[in-house]
Amino acid sequence: MTMADGSVPARPLVRLKGIRKVFSNGTEAIRGLDLDIHPGEFISLLGPSGCGKSTALRMIAGLGEASEGEIEWPTAMYDSAGKPEREIGFVFQEPTLMPWATVFDNVALPFTLKDRPKGEVPDRVAEALKMVGLERFAKSYPRELSGGMKMRVSIARALVMRPKVLLMDEPFAALDEITRFKLNNDLLDLWNKQRWTVVFVTHSVYESVYLSTRIVVMAARPGRIVGELGVDAGYPRGTAFRTSQPYNDACRRVSELLDDAMAANPAGVDEH
Amino acid sequence: MIGAVWSKHSRWVLPVAAGIAFLAFWEWSVAAWKIPKFVLPAPSLIAMAFWNDGPSLLGSLWFTTRVTVVAFLAAVVTGMTLGVLFTLNRTIERTLWPYAVVLQVTPVVAIAPLIIIWIGLDRLWLALLILAWIVAFFPILSNTTIGLSSADHGLKNLFDLYGASGWKKFRYLQLPSALPYILGGVRVSSGLALIGAVVAEFAAGSGSATGLAWRIIESGNMLNVPRMFAALLMLSAFGIVLFYATMWLQWALLHRWHESEVKREN
Repeated sequence: MTMADGSVPARPLVRLKGIRKVFSNGTEAIRGLDLDIHPGEFISLLGPSGCGKSTALRMIAGLGEASEGEIEWPTAMYDSAGKPEREIGFVFQEPTLMPWATVFDNVALPFTLKDRPKGEVPDRVAEALKMVGLERFAKSYPRELSGGMKMRVSIARALVMRPKVLLMDEPFAALDEITRFKLNNDLLDLWNKQRWTVVFVTHSVYESVYLSTRIVVMAARPGRIVGELGVDAGYPRGTAFRTSQPYNDACRRVSELLDDAMAANPAGVDEH
Repeated sequence: MIGAVWSKHSRWVLPVAAGIAFLAFWEWSVAAWKIPKFVLPAPSLIAMAFWNDGPSLLGSLWFTTRVTVVAFLAAVVTGMTLGVLFTLNRTIERTLWPYAVVLQVTPVVAIAPLIIIWIGLDRLWLALLILAWIVAFFPILSNTTIGLSSADHGLKNLFDLYGASGWKKFRYLQLPSALPYILGGVRVSSGLALIGAVVAEFAAGSGSATGLAWRIIESGNMLNVPRMFAALLMLSAFGIVLFYATMWLQWALLHRWHESEVKREN
């Protein structure tokens, strides 16, 4: 695989090896998942409901253990208990803000929970709020904000610790299309400036093509990877990209991959 | 202009005017129909009773107030503490919950004689305190328990993600999530503490109890109905103060963020 700038990275940031996940009710959510995530990539995990894309993302974050296989962080520090120092930010499908706390306190939460020195917190929170364009709303409460603004607060909270990897679980799925386009563009601008790594879970073909350097297509029952596709177009991407030939071609190829995945399991019937 | 002034003041002008009209009618009807004062005293007689017995009634109010407020505060502290313990440790919850329920479902009037015998008439205030506490404590316990376990699932995940310690989860997630529930319990409990204190005084009868409830019984026995009314009015005035105090507390702590206190324009 190649990076957006054409170079071939040596060591992945995260490596998923032969991941299998079986829930306590016996459902096999994921089987045989292998995936390397390289620094600076914008990867989309795309697939129908039940393909295990959110489960995979949560396991990368350390929420829930794999039943089989391993998730390695080759470049991370490991603590004495053998746990990797994951430098991640996580954005959930819902904004997941504390309603009793101001925007400032919500964004500062990772510092509060991690026992970091308090001195730098105001500056770092201000920096994160500026990134998402909410510097004037530090003293507001979540209920005073629109859905899109709440999601921006959630993104600022995920970025405030300056993580290496930003994990996003269908973050814009509940927003209207106009707001979603705006947030897509702002997210891309930010990523293009800072080049952290993004793993973005979505069920929208268009969103995945518009945003990603690489799209990983997954199928359900059990959740597995059925194909992947690099999107070669450079950044910044704008409205013109949404109507260009490479965009249309990529959308068609991703759709075909999804169709194949669905055809392999037509009625969504369990195979065992 | 007049309409605006009127709608601004009608909130208190109307009830006050209605109250004055009612009192006037009451005063007039007692005289017109020659109703004896031990059945229904005129408002002016009740006012006289306030004037004459005011100081000694205020002393009794102070007694009842202390029992109520101390029992209420004790209920808040013990109810919340036990609620937290229940949430931290399921075994403690399973062990003690049935007894908390027994305490709640047994009518306080029925336990009162036993508690008073146990504590002794020389320490009647303590018996009253315990009885009022028994009544006031349960809503705080049950609301704290429910509140602490109703934190948002997504936020729990977020706290796990950043490796939050148990104490930090409690302090920054569970406690704030539980606050609206606890305050709901506090409001119910404050009213129950007063009811508990009054019922306990009734059950205790005479002795060293000199609270308002006892003054009501005493006035009734002596057919001093005007003083009975005066004591009753004091009791409900105290109840109203208590109610608005807890309402204010709830507003002060929740109005910035919680749905129940947020005013919407649609």
